[in-house]
Amino acid sequence: MTWTDLKTTLAGEGYVASDDLAVALHLALSLGRPLLLEGAAGVGKTEVARALAHARDTRLIRLQCYEGLDAAQAIYEWNYQRQLLTIRAAAEHGETGKAVEDRIFSRDFLLERPLLAAISQATPPVLLIDEIDRADEEFEAYLLEILSDFQVSIPELGTITATTRPIVILTSNGTRDLSDALRRRCLYTYVDYPDRATELAILKARSPEVEARLADQIVGFVQKLREEDLEKVPGIAEMLDFAAALMGLSIADLTADPAVLQSTLTTLLKTKSDQAQITPEIAGRIAGRAA
Amino acid sequence: MSRVTKFAGRDPGPSARVAGFIAHLRDNGLRLGVAEADVAMSALAALNAIHPDDSRRALRAVCTGCKEEAARFDDLFDSYWMDMGRVRQKVVPTLKSPASDDVHSSRDAKGQDAGASGSVTAPDAGDGDADSDGTGKLIATQQRNLNRRDLRDLVRPEEIAAAEEVARRIGAALRDTGSRRRIAARKGDQLHFRKTIRHSLATGGEPLRLVRKKRPDRTRKIVALCDVSGSMSVYAQVFLAFLAGLMRADTAADAYLFHTRLVRITEALRDKDAMRAIGRMSLMADGFGGGSRIGPSLMRFADTYAKRFVDGRSVVMILSDGYDTADPLIIAQALSKLRKRGCKVIWLNPLKGWTDYAPVAAGMAAALPHLDAFKAANTLADLAALEQELAPL
Repeated sequence: MTWTDLKTTLAGEGYVASDDLAVALHLALSLGRPLLLEGAAGVGKTEVARALAHARDTRLIRLQCYEGLDAAQAIYEWNYQRQLLTIRAAAEHGETGKAVEDRIFSRDFLLERPLLAAISQATPPVLLIDEIDRADEEFEAYLLEILSDFQVSIPELGTITATTRPIVILTSNGTRDLSDALRRRCLYTYVDYPDRATELAILKARSPEVEARLADQIVGFVQKLREEDLEKVPGIAEMLDFAAALMGLSIADLTADPAVLQSTLTTLLKTKSDQAQITPEIAGRIAGRAA
Repeated sequence: MSRVTKFAGRDPGPSARVAGFIAHLRDNGLRLGVAEADVAMSALAALNAIHPDDSRRALRAVCTGCKEEAARFDDLFDSYWMDMGRVRQKVVPTLKSPASDDVHSSRDAKGQDAGASGSVTAPDAGDGDADSDGTGKLIATQQRNLNRRDLRDLVRPEEIAAAEEVARRIGAALRDTGSRRRIAARKGDQLHFRKTIRHSLATGGEPLRLVRKKRPDRTRKIVALCDVSGSMSVYAQVFLAFLAGLMRADTAADAYLFHTRLVRITEALRDKDAMRAIGRMSLMADGFGGGSRIGPSLMRFADTYAKRFVDGRSVVMILSDGYDTADPLIIAQALSKLRKRGCKVIWLNPLKGWTDYAPVAAGMAAALPHLDAFKAANTLADLAALEQELAPL
């Protein structure tokens, strides 16, 4: 399979990937390396993992990172309540300590969290480590260990080695710099806002019911809007929402009614100052230029 | 701007050329190891390397690690592979990395080896201009120019001892409010189930002894940047003593001086003999008491050392009066870049202690929105008093 095939496959899942991204994904698959995707929010970093999992017909295991994420939530945890109950029940049946211990520290009592789940699947899943920049640096170090060895040590059970190597995709919004060690271990692609043709293809793939002329206007409008000095630049998801809103209001032409256009802008502008900045006149002007 | 190193026509094969390309990227400041050359080769093998665009995309995915590098990559790729068919006639010696590291260490702005080799005082460090302009022309102080003055005249050993105590207390005050992880403890806010159950086995499953867990305190790493330009020379005595004390009190701390250039003095200040440490520092602080270029110095710090030494647990302490000869916008940019690393930024300004002081200096005004704390400090006692104020950070 070449990268163009991969691109076509992803397009079949409704994901229009840029050439750069398709090559990087192809390499990640063929070299078995994690892929780090960086870019602004709303450019489709998370979605690519979903599309890839769907295209390859495997599970998508997602680990959403946040500040304070630790091993118990990312790798594994013992099911303490069940262990307690088992100890109680065992005592009534007169089981000895050693037998009980062996039983309660077995795989049955282990709660798999995403990272452990990802390495113990029958078929290689897609492991999405989302917004890695939100996790602490210590967690990054732990992640490195797992990404290089694909094994997890559990003191009570021993080492669990990966049955299959997951396809690892990491995403980052770039709110902080990631460590060089992590960057070095990963392939890297910066995902930018799509150009006009790509975005049009995305809109066509996602909402085929939008007419060609309106689709052109929508994409042109959003592309021009991104050039304005906004706090929160609208992403692809916002563009799709915008299209859906226009379809819901059965509008055929963006320039037709400025008032309606302004009311649908709530799908694109997500902060107060952005909404204040794009007045009906400005919106009308952008729509006029985009048309 | 890339140094042009085309691959040699007589290179034995693709692997030598790829190795040459990796060396070319390394010369241009990308951080690549030996492993990357290997990955680059397998990446090229994994797709049809005849198409230059495919190869370009593949090598970009392998060799870059951040947005800036990805943006520069096209130029670097072109300058190596796409020189309109012209090839260099001589074989590029590929075994040059150790030598070139030494040669470039002081001028390579990536800070890879500059800190370790301690040769940052090379006169052409930085932009290549000899930074001897602007000696003492900053503001009209009555101080005479302390250029080339031995700093040992300024600092006395007993002050260092006192400063050491102050630095130790400030370090303690700057404790992080607790790690994100929890460890077992006798008193804690959560039950440590794992340990509790382990212990309960001994009592037939009755959890008689409850083990708890808590968030342990973590120390913050102090990174101090001290302005030693002409306008600051009155306060240099206090601040240099403070830096020396800080280095002795806290083994994780990091210290820099800047005037028109930035110098890392951590290694020098770690000298066991306090006065010898100051002596070594004065050798490094060539141009002491000259003009100040705060913005460019901070920017250089953010671009180089900060990438290695500053993380979310760091507190960057800037000791400066904010009088800058360069564009104040650079200060704001440098600080916001620094803040993106997740650190706290404290600015200690000796002038703030004056009555009616307002941060009107353009540099200071530009810096203010990016600071976590803006405090006054011109004597050691002031610094000691900071202990209380810094604790809530």
